[in-house]
Amino acid sequence: MTIKQQIIISGVGGQGVLFVTRLLAEAAMMKGYPVLTSETHGMAQRGGTVVSHLKVGDFSSPLIRPFSADGLLALKPESLTQHGCFVKPGGWAIVNSSQPLQEPADLAITSIDAESLASAIGNLKSVNLIMLGAALARFSDSKDLFCTLDDIQAVLNAQLTGAPSKLEKFTAAIDAGYRI
Amino acid sequence: MNNRMLMLGNQAISRGLIENGCALATSYPGTPASEILPSLVEWQQAENTRLHAQWAINEKVAFEIAYTAGIAGLRSMVSMKQVGLNVASDPLMSAAYMGTVGGFLIICADDPGPHSSQTEQDSRMMAMMAKIPVLDPDSPVQAKDMIAMGYALSEAFEIPVMIRPTTRVCHARQDVAVSPVVPDDRKPAFEKNPARWAATPKFRFRLHQSLEQKLSDIARYAPTAPIRCNPDAAGTRAIVVSGVAAAHTRDVLKDLGLWDRMPLYQVLQPFPLHREFIDHLETAYSQILVIEESTGVIEMQIADRHKVRGKASGTVPSVGEILPETIEAIVAEFTGTPLSRPMLPASPPGRRPTLCAGCPHRASFFAIKKAAPRGIYTSDIGCYTLGLNLGAVDTFICMGAAISQAAGFYQAFRSEPKRPDIVATLGDSTFFHAGIPALIDAVVQNVRFVLVILDNRTTAMTGNQPTPSSGRGIDGEPTITVEIEKLVQGCGIGFCKTGDPYDVPQFISLVKSAVAYSRETGPAVIISRRPCLLDRSRAETRHPFIRVRVAQEDCDACHYCIQHFECPALITDGKDKPVRIDPAGCTGCGVCVHVCPKKAIKILGTGQ
Repeated sequence: MTIKQQIIISGVGGQGVLFVTRLLAEAAMMKGYPVLTSETHGMAQRGGTVVSHLKVGDFSSPLIRPFSADGLLALKPESLTQHGCFVKPGGWAIVNSSQPLQEPADLAITSIDAESLASAIGNLKSVNLIMLGAALARFSDSKDLFCTLDDIQAVLNAQLTGAPSKLEKFTAAIDAGYRI
Repeated sequence: MNNRMLMLGNQAISRGLIENGCALATSYPGTPASEILPSLVEWQQAENTRLHAQWAINEKVAFEIAYTAGIAGLRSMVSMKQVGLNVASDPLMSAAYMGTVGGFLIICADDPGPHSSQTEQDSRMMAMMAKIPVLDPDSPVQAKDMIAMGYALSEAFEIPVMIRPTTRVCHARQDVAVSPVVPDDRKPAFEKNPARWAATPKFRFRLHQSLEQKLSDIARYAPTAPIRCNPDAAGTRAIVVSGVAAAHTRDVLKDLGLWDRMPLYQVLQPFPLHREFIDHLETAYSQILVIEESTGVIEMQIADRHKVRGKASGTVPSVGEILPETIEAIVAEFTGTPLSRPMLPASPPGRRPTLCAGCPHRASFFAIKKAAPRGIYTSDIGCYTLGLNLGAVDTFICMGAAISQAAGFYQAFRSEPKRPDIVATLGDSTFFHAGIPALIDAVVQNVRFVLVILDNRTTAMTGNQPTPSSGRGIDGEPTITVEIEKLVQGCGIGFCKTGDPYDVPQFISLVKSAVAYSRETGPAVIISRRPCLLDRSRAETRHPFIRVRVAQEDCDACHYCIQHFECPALITDGKDKPVRIDPAGCTGCGVCVHVCPKKAIKILGTGQ
């Protein structure tokens, strides 16, 4: 199968949007796929809206056009309103929200109360990884998402060899998201 | 080493530098160029090559250091953001005339959008004005390739070369091929030649003549000539692209099924545009669509204006980033291709950035507003520009202007019966960069204002690069520490006091005493010293964590703290709901205790 996938990761500065983007991009690299991302750096990282475009496969532009992404990982409820328009009809959106969300109607939306889960596992800053875990549980290794939990785990293992306590914390957060 | 790596555009650029024998590199941080120099140092450490890399006090100084290494025969580079080149434009104009011996690259990152800049200026216009060639990469991979291309071009014609990546190249990540580093053992050599390196006007005239000859030859230099992307496509119309617009257009043509039908040319060197290419376009096509960011640099070099569709014809926007969906619409229109796409709903405004929870700048701004409530607040470039949200920043222009604008306001209101208090804010790095001459000027003219130097001991906005007062260099090596107090006193300031903005009552009275001094006597300076919370290298200077809570029975939901202090850790569930502390955000600075007019924010204790 020729992989051609486009994913938007969106949230606010400080949530770790860039970190999740980087994990997914490294996973694509590890699987031998061409990868391109576009990231928000600079002033917006101070709590402003932050959005990453991730493109896996044969692309030359680093940006995703509206109505063409396969999925959206939304680390804030408002990220869906803001960046839902990037997703193609029938695409997926996983949204960090304590309330179930239904709009836009032509997307397959899953709401995850990642804040509560983060506080339950005692790591308030782990919303990004919980959300990544939730996406991996639902769309892993399919036409919707090119990688699996094992791929992400392998990336983490490779990147955090010298930081066992960090690795353990990150793994726990992704697992928590994966299991719900 | 794995032969492919995931790299940020800026990392790919620095990989190109290390693979091509760059021996001296300087920069001043600025988004989107900030990561070039630090990642170069990382490559250098991994490869153990000989290289001097340093942050300079500003872009002009950075430029002059790197350029002179080129005169001494070494390969060198200076990197900066587009507005940084304004600061370095003085040496740029002369460097073009005198040229270089070793390859000298000016890597100047533009920010169409703008995402994190004051302007959308097109640095390729600066290259045109200086009369030096400029290369325009479309991706991290091409940015890396253009380093080799740029050094070869620079040495072939003894001319500085500009590489102009944009935000979408600098902050894209891509899998990039890694090549081995070939050790460069060239030795510095300086051949004295006053007619060139110390050229007086008469000699400058000759240098200008030879520069024109170089440009004319570079417009025929084959390695940087435009690329025909789809040689099989034929027709009477063509599209010409450069930079990231080239990357977008390739995808768009394929998606619209036009790849085999619409001739596409990618310009690698927008200035000087190759002569033969201009002639070919004008002979072969009746209409030429040019898509480039941000100004029409390529289109203005195509002599037959009637054939060109671009900025001047209103076909391609002159303002803002050219997004792939915009290109899709332009190409569809140009080729008469029907485009069925749902209307894009109006995008809701995004969340505006704000100072971090616990940021010492927020405490400083709160104190300034208390001490000079009806003042004019001039400010500057840095995180503290976000004091805007707090109503504590009325103006900012460019690096260092807080002080000169304070002087301008003072002189404007000088003869009025009631002069406003004027409080200027700027950061430590910005003070070093461009504040010192302005402060000396204010002393000489006895400008009655207060300058608060927000000394967080780092260049925070761009990722915590060191300043001259940090006492460390780019890879953590110890350096001489320049004391801001001594500098301020050396400028001739009579009132210079240092305070901790976290100590709110004391700091407010300090600012009040400075305001009083400025009304009666002359310029006053306060150094507000508290390290940036994001600067991990200074963890040892952390303030003890003060646990606070909002007594729900005392909070009457006036939301004064949210509106006037805007700490992201102060949250509420609605308009009439009391305020709470967000435990995920609170950094334990304890400043908000002094902010609540109802005294509803209480200290619970110290320690997390």
